[in-house]
Amino acid sequence: MSIVHKDERILLAHGGGGSLMRGLIEDLILKRLNNPVLARLEDSAVLPPLPGGGEVTSGRLAFTTDSYVVKPLFFKGGDIGKLAVCGTVNDLAASGARPLWLTLSFIIEEGFPIDQLERIVDAVSEASGQAEVKVVAGDIKVVERGAADGLYINTSGIGVVAEGVNLSPSLIKEGDKVLVSGPIGEHGMAVIAARDQVELDIDVESDVAPLGGLVRDILDNGQAVHFLRDPTRGGLAAVLNEAASAAGLTIRLFEDKIPLKSGVKAISEMLGLDPLSLACEGRMVAIVEGKGAGKILKQMRQSPLGKEASIIGEVLSPLVARVILETKVGGRRTVDMPYGEELPRIC
Amino acid sequence: MKSLSGYSDASLCKKLAGYIKRLAKDLGRPVSFMEVCGTHTMAIFRFGLRQMLPSEVHLISGPGCPVCVTPPSYIDLAIEISKIDGVIIATFGDMVRVPGTHSSLEKEKARGADVRVVYSPLGALEIARKNPEKRVVFLAVGFETTAPTVAAGVLRARQEGLKNFHILSGHRLIPPAIRALLAAGSNVDGFLLPGHVSVIIGSGPYEFIPKEFGVPAVVTGFEPVDILLALRMLLSQMSEDRQEVEIEYNRAARPEGNEKALEMLYKVFEADEGQWRGLGRIPESALSLKHDFRFLAAEGVFDIALGPSREPSGCRCGEVLRGVLEPEECGLFGTSCTPQHAIGPCMVSSEGTCAAHYKYERSPAPLERA
Repeated sequence: MSIVHKDERILLAHGGGGSLMRGLIEDLILKRLNNPVLARLEDSAVLPPLPGGGEVTSGRLAFTTDSYVVKPLFFKGGDIGKLAVCGTVNDLAASGARPLWLTLSFIIEEGFPIDQLERIVDAVSEASGQAEVKVVAGDIKVVERGAADGLYINTSGIGVVAEGVNLSPSLIKEGDKVLVSGPIGEHGMAVIAARDQVELDIDVESDVAPLGGLVRDILDNGQAVHFLRDPTRGGLAAVLNEAASAAGLTIRLFEDKIPLKSGVKAISEMLGLDPLSLACEGRMVAIVEGKGAGKILKQMRQSPLGKEASIIGEVLSPLVARVILETKVGGRRTVDMPYGEELPRIC
Repeated sequence: MKSLSGYSDASLCKKLAGYIKRLAKDLGRPVSFMEVCGTHTMAIFRFGLRQMLPSEVHLISGPGCPVCVTPPSYIDLAIEISKIDGVIIATFGDMVRVPGTHSSLEKEKARGADVRVVYSPLGALEIARKNPEKRVVFLAVGFETTAPTVAAGVLRARQEGLKNFHILSGHRLIPPAIRALLAAGSNVDGFLLPGHVSVIIGSGPYEFIPKEFGVPAVVTGFEPVDILLALRMLLSQMSEDRQEVEIEYNRAARPEGNEKALEMLYKVFEADEGQWRGLGRIPESALSLKHDFRFLAAEGVFDIALGPSREPSGCRCGEVLRGVLEPEECGLFGTSCTPQHAIGPCMVSSEGTCAAHYKYERSPAPLERA
């Protein structure tokens, strides 16, 4: 008989390692995330050999970890569960890796509604299916009321980088083109809109999505892709400043080429935010060989998550400013590294 | 939302930039125009408009960022009040990080003070309603644009009989500041006047600028076309040897202003002498609560003995606010004073001149070779 009921709340004992925790894992987690590795519920996941038969049979491992503290937990277009899968999957994808396995750890505040936890694990299940990754290990800790704000998630991920794939800002060179896979700033704006303080009647959904497939499609070009990064905290401005600094070059952006939904633009203006520094959770920035850029753009646009991809800029020899923007009206300005903390707990 | 896309039309902007170039060339001498409003400063930098102007046209920023012109003594008083048990400080976000003489609201918050960011005075009223056992002090900072909303909040508080809502008025008025600048001997050839302030007060209060000081002025909106058009109007006045107050922002500002807002404003407030950072004491330049509302003034409620207030050491925000110093000329700019570790308010506020220079145009200018 199930020991999880809809109206129940998380008790300290759910994290105590006893039968209550076992019940929670079996009834709530395993039902949604079942796979042979996880189902063993042992101290560590013993992973199968790298999947054979497909394009990845060997290669270097990529390993990453990220914690998710987004507030609120649910927002238009997603929730913390979907975010915890996509964020880590996208970090792997940006390294050129094919994401394979994830761990999933919860820190839950005593009293957290179990039906919300179910929704979150459902989202983890759906997103990991979409991303073609398996959750192979996990953990649940419960802290007393007030010691955490609802629920936090940590995910770690392992992926494999195929032979011949090599991405690094040091490969960026003059004449390269800068691409983005879709409209920017939607995740950041969706989270702002979901916070109680700002009452905004806007239709902006988070772009949160797993980008492993899109990256696999464009990496078919082998050497033409020099650098990939998902523009999360700090948005496009932060990613491109980091890339340009690491490469010792300057990036020039064209404002009229940067995809931006009108809702995001309007609210940014109203709140005095720069869309260039708003977070995305389902977009990839690619810096690629100038010659191959048209082909890569086409491949991005054929991918379901890259329909609105665009070539937004180019790499120049080094100027004093790292990133410059040719504005829509014909002016020009520096795009600075965002300072951070303007929007805490965005992911 | 009504589309303003026409006001950022690239070809129109280029055309206007062309007119500006020709007019400036015909004048045959460099000119300096001051944008008084912080929102203009940010718009000019964000759209990269300075790069579209000929070298003869120099834009300087004036004392139009409300947080920046607020004197250290006000910040110190707010900080002292925040330390009192049972007090909630409600403030606009920009104010939180401004350094006072010894501390900032941000630091006091980390030490346990209850400091909350609100987007309007009505947000502060709501906090007061929800916390009847606490005393809520709203930091009322801003120009003629914000003051009517604060007046509305004060009237509402009295009507509801809210006993725990107080304001610390730091409101300042724009025309007396412009007068003080001109009277001190300014080399400004023309003013871009603040559009939002002018929606409230109209163009009348600026008439002294051409009449007494012989300087052209244009009430200006905030889109790229607005700003370029206003610059062209200033240059036209100069080349035709006219000096008047013109309104470029005529889709929102009228010569007589908004009488209803003004009526509400002066029901609650009266003009008073005020201290400005960088400009000193200026008569009739601040708003104090009128006698009937003085019971809401935070200064009267809390008995605070304030030590001497001083500007942060080495900070030259005062000169930046008067338009006599470019941020880059300050020894602290970009080294010890950055948006992450701001020393002066002009680097803290999102409308501050130093913040705009740092964020959008860190010297040397873009496209210069490293």
